Amino acid sequence: MNLDFSPEEAAFRDEVRRFIAENYPPHLRGKQEEGEELAKDDFLLWHRILAKQGWVAPSWPKSLGGTGWTPTQKYIWSEEQARAETIPILPFGIGMVSPVIMAFGDDEQKAKFLPATYNGDIWWCQGYSEPGAGSDLAGLSTRAERIKGDDDKEYYLVNGQKTWTTLAQYADWGFFLVRTDPTAKKQEGISFLLIDMKTPGVTVRPLITIDGGHEVNEVFLENVKVPVENRVGDENKGWTCAKFLLAHERSGIAGVARSKRGIERLREIASTELADDGGKLIDDPIFKRKVAELEIDLAALEYTELRTLAGESAGKGPGVESSLLKIKGTEVGQRLTELVLEAAGHYGAPYFRGFPAEGGNALPIGPEFAHRAAPTYFNMRKTSIFGGSNEIQRNIIAKMVLGL
Amino acid sequence: MDFSFSEEQSMLRDTVASYLQDKYDFETRRKAIRSESGWRPEVWKAFAEELGILGAPFSEEHGGLGGGAIDNMIVMEEFGKALVVEPYLSTVVIGGGFMKHSSYAGAGEVIGRIIEGGAVISFAYAEPQGRYNLADLKTTAKKDGGGWVLNGQKAVVIGAPWATHLIVTARTGGAQRDAGGVGVFLIEKGLLGVATRDYPTVDGQRASEVSFENVSVPASALISEDGLALVEKVTDEAIAALCAEAVGVQRKLHEGTLEYTRQRKQFGVPIASFQVLQHRMVDMFMAMEQAVSMTYMATIKLTESDAERAKAISAAKVQVGRSNKFIGQNAIQLFGGMGMTDEVSIGHYFKRATMIEGQFGSVDHHLKRYEDLSFGVAA
Repeated sequence: MNLDFSPEEAAFRDEVRRFIAENYPPHLRGKQEEGEELAKDDFLLWHRILAKQGWVAPSWPKSLGGTGWTPTQKYIWSEEQARAETIPILPFGIGMVSPVIMAFGDDEQKAKFLPATYNGDIWWCQGYSEPGAGSDLAGLSTRAERIKGDDDKEYYLVNGQKTWTTLAQYADWGFFLVRTDPTAKKQEGISFLLIDMKTPGVTVRPLITIDGGHEVNEVFLENVKVPVENRVGDENKGWTCAKFLLAHERSGIAGVARSKRGIERLREIASTELADDGGKLIDDPIFKRKVAELEIDLAALEYTELRTLAGESAGKGPGVESSLLKIKGTEVGQRLTELVLEAAGHYGAPYFRGFPAEGGNALPIGPEFAHRAAPTYFNMRKTSIFGGSNEIQRNIIAKMVLGL
Repeated sequence: MDFSFSEEQSMLRDTVASYLQDKYDFETRRKAIRSESGWRPEVWKAFAEELGILGAPFSEEHGGLGGGAIDNMIVMEEFGKALVVEPYLSTVVIGGGFMKHSSYAGAGEVIGRIIEGGAVISFAYAEPQGRYNLADLKTTAKKDGGGWVLNGQKAVVIGAPWATHLIVTARTGGAQRDAGGVGVFLIEKGLLGVATRDYPTVDGQRASEVSFENVSVPASALISEDGLALVEKVTDEAIAALCAEAVGVQRKLHEGTLEYTRQRKQFGVPIASFQVLQHRMVDMFMAMEQAVSMTYMATIKLTESDAERAKAISAAKVQVGRSNKFIGQNAIQLFGGMGMTDEVSIGHYFKRATMIEGQFGSVDHHLKRYEDLSFGVAA
C-alpha cells in the first residue's frame, strides 16, 4: 500500500497545472466569478483549447485522440481542472455518445461524428428521460416506425417527447432512445438513434428550474424523419448501448476534486463572515464542527474513489462501486451548498437573476459569494435525482453487490 | 389541558382559508410576485376591510377582534399554505407587538391604522455584520435637541419596499454588541435621509437594503430607549408566528408529496407503493407533527417569563428548521425532476421553507440560545 504519487506523476501534475494557468481564458474566469450564465461559445472556447492541446478526451483510444494516460494521470487531470475551477467539458459528446459510437457504430458514423465531436464542432444532447420514463427508463414510449421516404430511402418516423434534456437549446445533434418494437419486452424493443436537432418536427422548449436557471428542456418529436443509417448498433438492441453509456456516465460522478475546492471556498468564506458573537464564523464551534464533519465525509469518499481507481489500474474496470461514489458524492456536494447558504445568513435571501448587479450609488447587497448561495443550493438538489436517482443507486448496490 | 380551538378561532381559519382559496391560487400568486410591485395592495385591503383579519390579535378597545397569539398562529398557518407574501408578520405581529408591549404614546393610533390597512410596517433590525445577534448594532441614534438623528445601514429588510413605516433598532448607548442601549424607533419610511435599495428574494418576497444618513426623527418616534428585552419579546412572538407559517408550508409539502407519489407510476406501479418511499413519507409526516406540536407549545408559552418564553421559542425554531429542511428536501427528491421545475408549486414551498430556516435565527443560533438558557452561559 502506498498513497503517494510517484515522481513522474508529480511532474505530470506540475505540467498540467502550468498548462491551465497559462491557457485558461481570463474572461471566462471573470464570468464565472461574477456568476454570469455561460454562453455556448464560453463552453466551446475551453473545449477547443483542450482539443488543440490533445487533452479534451483523455479516455479515448490514443488512435482517435486520447492521451494514453494512466488512470492516476486522468485522476490528476480532473483534480487539477477542479482546483483551477475551469469550465467542465460537457459529458454528452466526449464522455457519453462517443464511446457508444466507438463500440457499436459503423465506420461512416465514426468518421462523421468522432473528429467533429472531438473538435467541438458538434454539441450533443441526451434524449433519454421522458415524462413517463424516469427511474424506469426502459419504460420509454417515444416511437420510431420504419417508413420509405419519397426518395425511396429508408427512414424512421419518430414521434414522442423527451424531457430534462440538458442544454438542448445549444445542441446540434442528440442521441435518443426510441421504441422500434412495441410488441417486444420493454428492454428489447429499443433502438439508439442519432438525430440532427435541425430536422423538421424537433421542438425544444425551455424548462426553468427552481433556481431560475435554464439548463434543461423538453424536446418534442413530431413526425421527425431520421435516416436509418443514423441508428447506432442493431435495431432493437439500443438498450445495450444505453447500459454501456450509463456505466460511462458514472465515472467522475463523485466530484471529489470539485468538492475539495468547494470546501476551501467555504473555509475562505467562513474566515470573513462573522458569527453572532462578532468573531469569525470559522471559529464558531458549531459551524467549525460541521465543516470538519464534511471534510471527513469527503476524505472517506476520496479514498473510496482512489481504491476504485487502483482497481481500474489493475485492470478491474469500473464496477458497481460507482453507485456508492454517486450517492456519497452527491450527498457531500449538496451538504456543501447547505453550509455556504448558512454562512450567507440574511444575505442568502436576495435574488439576483435578471437584476442589475450594481446601480450608480446603490447600496451594496451583501457579500459576493452570497448572491449564488441559495440558487446553487436549490440547483444541486437535482444531483440526487438525475443520472439514476440515489434510490435507484441503492437498489443497484442491494442487488449487484449485496446479492439481495 | 386543551389543544382545541374556540369557535371564533375556527371561524377565523375558515374565513382566511376560503378567501385564499378564491384569490390566492398558485398561478395568480406567481403573476403577482413577478409584477413590478411584487404584491397586491388590493389583497391587503381585503384583509383589512373584507376579512378584518388585520385586527385579529388586537383588543376590541383598540378596534380589533380581541384575539392574540393563537389567532396570529391560525392566520400564519393558512398564509403558509398559500405562500402569502403580504406583510402580516411584520405589520400585525411585529409592528402590532411593539405597540402592545411598549408604553408608546401613539400606540392606539398606530394600531388603528394597522387594522384599517393604512399602516404597513417593516422591521429594520438586521445589519450586514450582525448575523442573528439582535444587539449587534452599528446603526446609531443620537439625541439632537428634542429629537434623534439616525445613521447606519440595515440588511435584508423584508417587506420594506411596500412599507409606509419602519421599526428601526439603533444604538442609543453602549458598545456595538452590548445588551444595554438598544433603542427602538417607529419612523415614516419617506423621511429625508432614508435611502432604500429594493430587490426580490429567492422565495418571492421583496426586501430592501436601508440606509440612514443623518435622519432627523422627532422625540415621538422613540418606542424604547433601552429596549433589547422588548425587541426579544416581539421577535419571539414573530418566531412563533413564523413557525406557524412553516407548519402551513410543511403541510403542503407533505400533502403534495403523498398525492404525487400516488399518481406517479414507474415500473408499472405507483411509486408510493415502494416501501422505501413509504418510510420516507412517514418520516416526513413525523417531522411535521413534531413541528406542529412545538409551534403550539411555543405559542402558548409566549406569555411566560422572559427566560421560559425564550427557551420555548428557540426549541420550536430548532425543530421547525430541521423539519423544514427534511420535509423540503425529501419532497423535491420524491417529486424527482418535477420538483426541480419552476412550473410546479412544490419547489416554491421548498424555497419558502428554506428561507424560514434562516429567518430570525438559524437552527444553530437557536440551539445555542437554548443551551445558554437551559445550561447557563459558559464563562
